[in-house]
Amino acid sequence: MTTDKKELAVAALRNGTVIDHIPSDALFRAVRILGIEGMETSVTIGNNLTSERFGKKGIIKVADVEFPEDVLNRIAIIAPTAMVNIIRDYEVVEKRHVSLPDTLVGIVRCGNPKCITNHEPMATRFDVVDRNAIAIRCHYCGHSTTGTDAEIIQ
Amino acid sequence: MASYFRRTKNTCAGFDFLHLRYYFLRYYFVTLPIIFTHMNSRSFVAIDDINKAEMLDLLDRAKYFEEHPNSKILDGRVVATLFFEPSTRTRLSFETAVNRLGGRVIGFSDASTSSTSKGETLKDTIKMVANYADIIVMRHFLEGAARYATEVTEVPVVNAGDGANQHPSQTMLDLYSILKTQGRLDGLTITMVGDLKYGRTVHSLLMALRFFKPVFNFVSSPELAMPEEYLEVCRREGIEFHCHTDFSQDVINSSDILYMTRVQRERFSDAMEYEKVKNLYTLRNAMLADSKPTLRILHPLPRVNEIDRDVDDNPKAYYFEQARNGVFARQAILTRALGIDPRKS
Repeated sequence: MTTDKKELAVAALRNGTVIDHIPSDALFRAVRILGIEGMETSVTIGNNLTSERFGKKGIIKVADVEFPEDVLNRIAIIAPTAMVNIIRDYEVVEKRHVSLPDTLVGIVRCGNPKCITNHEPMATRFDVVDRNAIAIRCHYCGHSTTGTDAEIIQ
Repeated sequence: MASYFRRTKNTCAGFDFLHLRYYFLRYYFVTLPIIFTHMNSRSFVAIDDINKAEMLDLLDRAKYFEEHPNSKILDGRVVATLFFEPSTRTRLSFETAVNRLGGRVIGFSDASTSSTSKGETLKDTIKMVANYADIIVMRHFLEGAARYATEVTEVPVVNAGDGANQHPSQTMLDLYSILKTQGRLDGLTITMVGDLKYGRTVHSLLMALRFFKPVFNFVSSPELAMPEEYLEVCRREGIEFHCHTDFSQDVINSSDILYMTRVQRERFSDAMEYEKVKNLYTLRNAMLADSKPTLRILHPLPRVNEIDRDVDDNPKAYYFEQARNGVFARQAILTRALGIDPRKS
């Protein structure tokens, strides 16, 4: 690979996962959801990159890790447009959009301080009521919120 | 796989008996056991849990219990009333319902007398009580507590109020009161007055009445107006509604039911605003002069000053009898949850 002095080359992944088309304002939340901070393998995070579709986008490259599907789908709450590429031996072997599950268990904290989930040692549960607006509703107390406002449980 | 194809070719006139047998077997050995092991489907946590037919069945049961208030159909049954938050009115109503049907009551009326005060989780309390009781009636200060309880026990759970969230037995007694006083539920003009923003009783009543083609009048100050999500329900269901900030004579005179609610001081961030609003939505006897003869005034109680004392002696005042209907509505809810049909015994 040749290196232009004006450009920092990011090595292509041999094996791993690339998550592309993340809206810039959701990138660092996506990083938290995936638990990338504690990872030992090489990770490349780019933000505010030029995107034809969104103007600006974020991208995450993680070497030698393939995330379980349900972990990747958690990103759909904050970045429904994200695209996942699985790389094996420099080849993209799988390319797909993240998909929002019908129910989110243990992912989002309920914003209602009087909700039972904030007082009992239990998993939260939200039902997706509007896929386009990513409107979600607490299964227990009925509190509604949207994906962008939701507080993600670490 | 090959043998499977060979066998399925032995069908009669294109009709696949083997597949039919498979579906029958699956129904009896898979589907039915699932239905029977999920007896907790009889729990009653929110008014939205039941459909129109189930609602009418509960009202029919309530009518039966009004005609036969005392019996022994709960003989040998133990009902736990777990009141993590005190509510004397609701607890007495449930306990009266049980006692009049010959059941026994265990429980507590205040969380400070239960192990909750020692830090026990709700799950542990429910699992413990489920060993003793055939049904759990619970009130809790946290929202969603009753729904969670249904997930940790197979014993049916009846929600007697979870914070500001749901109180379905109140809704059933309101519906029964409307049915009893008007002789029907369909096509009534229902006027809701007071705190329509935070009042869970008006929200649940709206959801229940959506099956019965009502016309709604929502009378409140702008701060306490009916939330948009409920107006959206009305639009979706094709229900006529009118929002008013003025508690006018026209609105009262067109109504079949006046559903009054308490405007609570703590709902206002500005004390001055409360002082301005608190007397705007007070009902006085003189305001009822030209109202329909069949008009009835309901209130979930306790009232403060939203209904003047001079209304109490008007035959249109129904709020005290309304509380009495609570016993019949709760007898209906308890017997349904226990799978007992009083009309067949």
